[in-house]
Amino acid sequence: MMLRVAGRRLLGAASGVGGGEAAPAVAAAGAASRGYHERVVDHYNNPRNVGSFDKDDADVGTGIVGAPSCGDVMKLQIRVDEGSGRIVDARFKTFGCGSAIASSSVASEWVKGKQMEEVVAIKNTEIAKHLSLPPVKLHCSMLAEDAIKAAVKDYEAKKGKLAKADE
Amino acid sequence: MALSRRLLPLFLRRGAPAVRALSTAAAPAAAVASEEEEESITVKGVRISGRPLYMDMQATTPVDPRVLDAMLPFYLSRYGNPHSRTHLYGWESDAAVEAARASVASLVGADPREIFFTSGATECNNIAVKGVMRFYRDRRRHVITTQTEHKCVLDSCRYLQQEGFEVTYLPVRSDGLVDLAQLEDAIRPDTGLVSVMAVNNEIGVVQPLEEIGRICKEKGVPFHTDAAQALGKIPIDVNRMGIGLMSLSGHKIYGPKGVGALYLRRRPRIRVEPQMSGGGQERGIRSGTVPTPLVVGFGAACEIAAQEMDYDHRRVSALQQRLLDGIRAQVDEVVINGSMEHRYPGNLNLSFAYVEGESLLMGLKEVAVSSGSACTSASLEPSYVLRALGVEEDMAHTSIRFGIGRFTTEEEVDRAIELTVRQVKKLRDMSPLYEMAKAGIDLKSIEWSQH
Repeated sequence: MMLRVAGRRLLGAASGVGGGEAAPAVAAAGAASRGYHERVVDHYNNPRNVGSFDKDDADVGTGIVGAPSCGDVMKLQIRVDEGSGRIVDARFKTFGCGSAIASSSVASEWVKGKQMEEVVAIKNTEIAKHLSLPPVKLHCSMLAEDAIKAAVKDYEAKKGKLAKADE
Repeated sequence: MALSRRLLPLFLRRGAPAVRALSTAAAPAAAVASEEEEESITVKGVRISGRPLYMDMQATTPVDPRVLDAMLPFYLSRYGNPHSRTHLYGWESDAAVEAARASVASLVGADPREIFFTSGATECNNIAVKGVMRFYRDRRRHVITTQTEHKCVLDSCRYLQQEGFEVTYLPVRSDGLVDLAQLEDAIRPDTGLVSVMAVNNEIGVVQPLEEIGRICKEKGVPFHTDAAQALGKIPIDVNRMGIGLMSLSGHKIYGPKGVGALYLRRRPRIRVEPQMSGGGQERGIRSGTVPTPLVVGFGAACEIAAQEMDYDHRRVSALQQRLLDGIRAQVDEVVINGSMEHRYPGNLNLSFAYVEGESLLMGLKEVAVSSGSACTSASLEPSYVLRALGVEEDMAHTSIRFGIGRFTTEEEVDRAIELTVRQVKKLRDMSPLYEMAKAGIDLKSIEWSQH
C-alpha cells in the first residue's frame, strides 16, 4: 500500500516537472541494482547532526514520525531564532534502514539556516533524488519530509500556546 | 590425500602465494585469490578491504576440499553417464553413484534403495508434498504443516489448496516448537501427510521428530520432514524417528550445490506421483540423468559428516557460546529468537532492540550474515517465521542470523563480536527509540503515526 502511494507521488512529481525528472529516475534505477548510492553510504557512515535538543525548550520544535512496527522512526528537532523565524540548528535520531538514516541526515542539513516557510516546501522527491533512492526506499524520503513538517508544526503549536499563556 | 593437502590452504586460507608453485592446476585459482586480496572490494556501494568473513552457513556452506577431491575425477576422466549400460564409463559412474547412495543412506539409517537423488531439497519438498497427496488423492484430502516451514513447503501446500486439497498450517509456540497435542488434534481420517521441518533455517530450532513420528505412526499418516538444515548436524535415524519421507540437500553440509536426495520409505511403502516425466531414472521417481560428480560429492560430504558430526557439534557449540557471551557482555537487550534448549548451535538468531536490521547489516558488510528483516528484500514485511513465534514486529525488524559452521574460526567469531557490538552501539546512539526507552518511556504506550 505504502509503495503504491509512493509510486503515485513520484509519478505525480515527475509529470508535474516534465522531462527533467526522467533522467534521475533512470539513474535511481541503476543505483538500485548496484546497491546503495555513495551519498547514502556517506550519510550512514558519517551522519550529520545526530543528537537531541531538550524538547521542552521554548525555541525547539520536535517532529517524530513513523512507527517501530514499520521499521522506521525519525525524530527531527529544529532550534528556531524567535525574532527572524530562521532555523539556526537541527538534530535528528533515526531508527531505520540506511536510506532512512541518510534521508533524515540530509533533512537535518537542509533545514539549517533556512526560514520555516522554506523548509516546509522541501519535497520528498528532492531528498530521494539527492540520494538516488530506489523505488522501495521512497518511503524513507517521505518520512523525512513529514518529519520536517512535524517539527515546524510542533514549534508553531508551542509558540501559539506560549502566546496564549502570555495573554 | 596429497591433493587435499595442497588444496586445503588454497581454499581455507585464500591463497598464500606459495600455492602458485605447487601445481599447474591450482595456479590460476591462486592468482585470482591473491588479486582479490590486494584490492578492496565494493559491495552494494560499501567499500571493504578483503572479503567479508562468512557467517551465513544456513544459506549455504563452502565445499569441503575433501569433497571436491572426490568429485574432480568424475568431471575430468570418469565422465560417463551412470545410465550407460554398454561400456566401462557408464559402469564406473554407476558404481560411484551407488556408493554415494549408500553413504547418504547410512547417515540417516536408511536402506540405499530408499534414497532418490534430486536437484536439491526444494525439489524433494515438492515431490514429497505434492507427490504423496496426488498419489493418494482419492482417499486423502488433507495436509498438515507448520507456519514456520520453508517457503517451498508452504508454496507446495498452497498449490495443493488450489487443486482442492485442505491444508492446516499449525502455529508454533513462542520458542518455535510445534505443540504436539495440537498436532495430534489436527490429524483427521483423511489426512494424507504431516510435514514438519527438522531444523528451522531461520531460527535453528529442532522439532521433536521422534514424538511427531510416533503420533503419525499411531494415526497411520506419513510423516515428511525437511531435513536440509539437519542432515549431518544432528543425528537422524529414519526408523527411530518414524520418518516416511525426508528432504536432504548437498550444499548445506559442505557438499556441492545442485544436488539433494529424497528419502522414501519402503516398508511400509510410501508412494508418490513423480513430477518429472522422462527416462525413468531413480526408479521413476525423478527422471533425468543423475549428475555423477555432484552425487559423488554429496556422498563424500555425508561420509565426512558421519565421521565428524560429534567433533563439529562440540566445536560449533563452543563457538556459539563464545559469540553469544561476547555480544551479551557488551550490549544489553539482546534477545535470542527460538528455543535455546532445542536448537542446532550453528544457528544464532538474535534481535537487537531499538536497532533496525537492515541498517545493522549495512554496517556489518565485513560479516556476511542474514537478517530477519525483510527490508533486505522488496516486501518490507518482517520474517514470517519470527512473526509465527509471536515476535513483535519491531523486534523482528532487528534480527540477525549468525551461522557458524565447520570452517568458522575463533578469530572470525571474535571479529564478528567486535563489529556487531560497535555497530549496535553506534546505531543505538542514533536511535530515538533507545533514547525514549532509556528515559523510561514505554514505547507501546505511544500512538505512532502509521505510515
